[in-house]
Amino acid sequence: MVADARSRIAGRARRDPGASSRWALRSTAFLYLGLFVLLPVAVILQRGYGSGLGNLEDALHSFGAWNAIRLTVVLAVVTAIVNGVFGTLLAYVLVRIPFPGREIVSAIVDLPFAIPSLVAGVMLVALYGPTSVVGGWFEDHGLKIIFAVPGILLALLFVTLPLVVRSVQPVLSELDREEEEAAHTLGAHGWTTFRKIVLPALRPAIVAGSLLVFARSLGEFGAIVFVAGNIPNQTLTAPVFITQLLSPGSYGQSGGPDQAAAVAGLLFGLAFIVVLLTEKLISGRLERTT
Amino acid sequence: MSEAHAQPLASGGPADRAASRGRGVRALLVGIALLYVLVLIVAPLGGIIFYGLRSGLGAITDTFSQQDVVHAFYLTFVIMLIAVAVTTVLGLAVAFVLARDRFRGKSFLSALVNLPLAVSPVVVGLMAILLFGRGGWFEPFFTAQGIRIVFALPSMILVTIFISIPFVIREIVPLLEELGTEEEQAAWTLGASRLQTFFRITLPNIRWGLFYGMALSAARSIGEVGAVLVVSGLLQGQTETATLYILRAFDQYQPERGYIVALMLAAFSILLLIGIEMFKRRGLKRAGE
Amino acid sequence: MAISVRGVTKRFGDFVALDEVSLAIPSGSLTVLLGPSGSGKSTLLRVIAGLELPDSGRVSIFDTDATDLPPQKRGVGFVFQHYASFKRMNVRDNVAFGMKIQKRPKNEIRARVDELLGLVQLQGLAERYPSQLSGGQRQRMALARALAVEPKVLLLDEPFGALDARVRKDLRTWLRRLHEDVQVTTVLVTHDQEEAMEVADRIAVVNHGRIEQYGKPRDLYEHPATEFVMTFVGPVTRFREAYIRPHDLDVGREPRGSYEEATVEKVVHLGFEVRVELTLAEGDRLEAQLTKREVEGLELLEGQRVFVSPRRLTRVDQNGSAPHVTSS
Repeated sequence: MVADARSRIAGRARRDPGASSRWALRSTAFLYLGLFVLLPVAVILQRGYGSGLGNLEDALHSFGAWNAIRLTVVLAVVTAIVNGVFGTLLAYVLVRIPFPGREIVSAIVDLPFAIPSLVAGVMLVALYGPTSVVGGWFEDHGLKIIFAVPGILLALLFVTLPLVVRSVQPVLSELDREEEEAAHTLGAHGWTTFRKIVLPALRPAIVAGSLLVFARSLGEFGAIVFVAGNIPNQTLTAPVFITQLLSPGSYGQSGGPDQAAAVAGLLFGLAFIVVLLTEKLISGRLERTT
Repeated sequence: MSEAHAQPLASGGPADRAASRGRGVRALLVGIALLYVLVLIVAPLGGIIFYGLRSGLGAITDTFSQQDVVHAFYLTFVIMLIAVAVTTVLGLAVAFVLARDRFRGKSFLSALVNLPLAVSPVVVGLMAILLFGRGGWFEPFFTAQGIRIVFALPSMILVTIFISIPFVIREIVPLLEELGTEEEQAAWTLGASRLQTFFRITLPNIRWGLFYGMALSAARSIGEVGAVLVVSGLLQGQTETATLYILRAFDQYQPERGYIVALMLAAFSILLLIGIEMFKRRGLKRAGE
Repeated sequence: MAISVRGVTKRFGDFVALDEVSLAIPSGSLTVLLGPSGSGKSTLLRVIAGLELPDSGRVSIFDTDATDLPPQKRGVGFVFQHYASFKRMNVRDNVAFGMKIQKRPKNEIRARVDELLGLVQLQGLAERYPSQLSGGQRQRMALARALAVEPKVLLLDEPFGALDARVRKDLRTWLRRLHEDVQVTTVLVTHDQEEAMEVADRIAVVNHGRIEQYGKPRDLYEHPATEFVMTFVGPVTRFREAYIRPHDLDVGREPRGSYEEATVEKVVHLGFEVRVELTLAEGDRLEAQLTKREVEGLELLEGQRVFVSPRRLTRVDQNGSAPHVTSS
């Protein structure tokens, strides 16, 4: 029976000229992603949670740990909501309302994708830092932007803005206007039409975009490390906290890579679930980043 | 929002008022959107341009004649080139498997492709440390060979590859799905081998999507800071990329240098993407689409 | 035999596209695979081309077993329904593609491309890109491209399906003439019965993955082997439990012999032909096809009482196959 199966398989392969290239591609793909993606994830989970939840507990007992995680999650949610709203507004304005300079604004919206996140942080410090004109004015009036939470929020909003706009824009531009026109003929105008007809159609795209914003904000480092000041319990975010765990001693952490792995696993798990949800929302197909 | 389909019947009537109210609302929306973009993006961009160019051309040339600046840029570009090359070639293989092949576990593969987007760069650096650093899974092997991975160039390349993985693949897969296989089948019937068909038919057809994915990959690689920070050792001057240089410049109270280098990085990335976008438009026009 | 298909079966999951299909196509002929959507005709063509792999059975092309050969090595030319033009290349490069793969010398390629473009009447358009051509032009280019490598057999998969009706008719005639010029064994897939009748030397009627009949168009029309062939190839109307061609139904004003009584429901003038819709005494509906002259001669009007007699009836027996034909 084994010989039978083997000859069947051999016969099949002989008669299928494309089989060898197919297997070559498949092995390459699996090897590549297995080594570069699966393996690193495995090592995080193994080192972080291989001996139970001990590492996570120790990490959370570090100075500023809980607040770092809380701050990160709260800021990620706020960013997702704010950019969810403004991103949709921008998408709507860019698709539906012709105005002079529309092309330029569209290009500007894409800017955060092009600019390194660290440079984004530098930009914000340049403009809103305590020594600058704008930042100085705010400081004098009691509002600290840089080295305070508002600065972190600005950085996150900057970096994630394109995600929602690009998610909503294509859906909006392909929307069939007939339903809205029908609503007009039935007496509905403006906001009502938008709320009842357009918004429901855009909802998956808006939610998907916002979820991506959330996931991205959880892990953002480059823009924040510069802008935040990284003061524990005040402006320390989880990713920066993880780097501190890796160089123990500062701020009195016990630290160590295993604890870092535990926190990292938590962060990563949350973000990954969100990304999976997002894929489900856009019907599971890989989406172009353009 | 209603487009103004019809002319107002008479001035001052309710239809007229509704139309002008509609116009007012739209103007308001545009205003809010523009204000948001201004405060969030344009102003800071202006800020960095101002601070970067403030010290004048002399300061710029001075900065770029510094050895550590030159080395930092050199390192950044070497890492970027390797990362883009690897993720492009292997990414093409993955894209073909995802777009054309059929087997169980394809969605698992797809999830693996998207995974790097969910990982914080710091965590990526941590992954490298856990694999190759002291006590890491592969550390004994490499130490025995005398090869240093972490706190050296190899780990910086590896983490940059990790974060670059999704871009080419995510551009190419929808493109391949849209294009279908008919042209390729036609090429086969005309005697072209699979390899010949790939180079003469498939590759030209996905050319612009591929370039765009590579440009996104390149821009992302140049801008990477969290992961390289973790694996470079935080103290080394030898494994310092342009982004790490910026951190150090501000840390050591040389903000002008920091601004200048930051501006250069931003300019390069922007030019890269603009260039590709322009080529894409011209390429589309030539094929008459 | 140019193409020999023996016992080919092809399944897509649970769906059986081809069921033990066998066919022998003579050299130099133009065979049409005719059938409705989903009948398996395209699958069969693609199996012959090597674009699909059969689950069982063999395919031979000019006495060489091609079953294990990839499409590159079978010497087949293939024309796709949606042209499959290489959109990044101009017309010249499209047509030259196969020859470039064969590494033929440049001047030979150039000469042959010009010759082929003349043959398909696309001369002067060599520098254009496919997006600048009409559908009919793209398909002619596809033909030139397929012929450029001197294929042993030419396979066309619903080549005119994506074109306008007028262009379709023109290209049909044109293809027939081309075949007479070039004389390559050709197999064409279509669901259009009129196209099949006009173009084919032989027709294979395909239904549910089986070949129901393979023969000359006239034979299929006049001596259908199964009920399906009768209803698919040519117009039919039901006369009680039998089938009849509408033009085989005699209509008269006077009763004669075996004539039956009927009432005229509607007279539809379609140019030269006239379709007369009738009801028999029991309420059965019928269609007769007469010429304009006949209708005028009979002075047919709606509501009239007339008498009908079938000239050739095809009775379908119990299991629906092998109908008997009786003439009266």
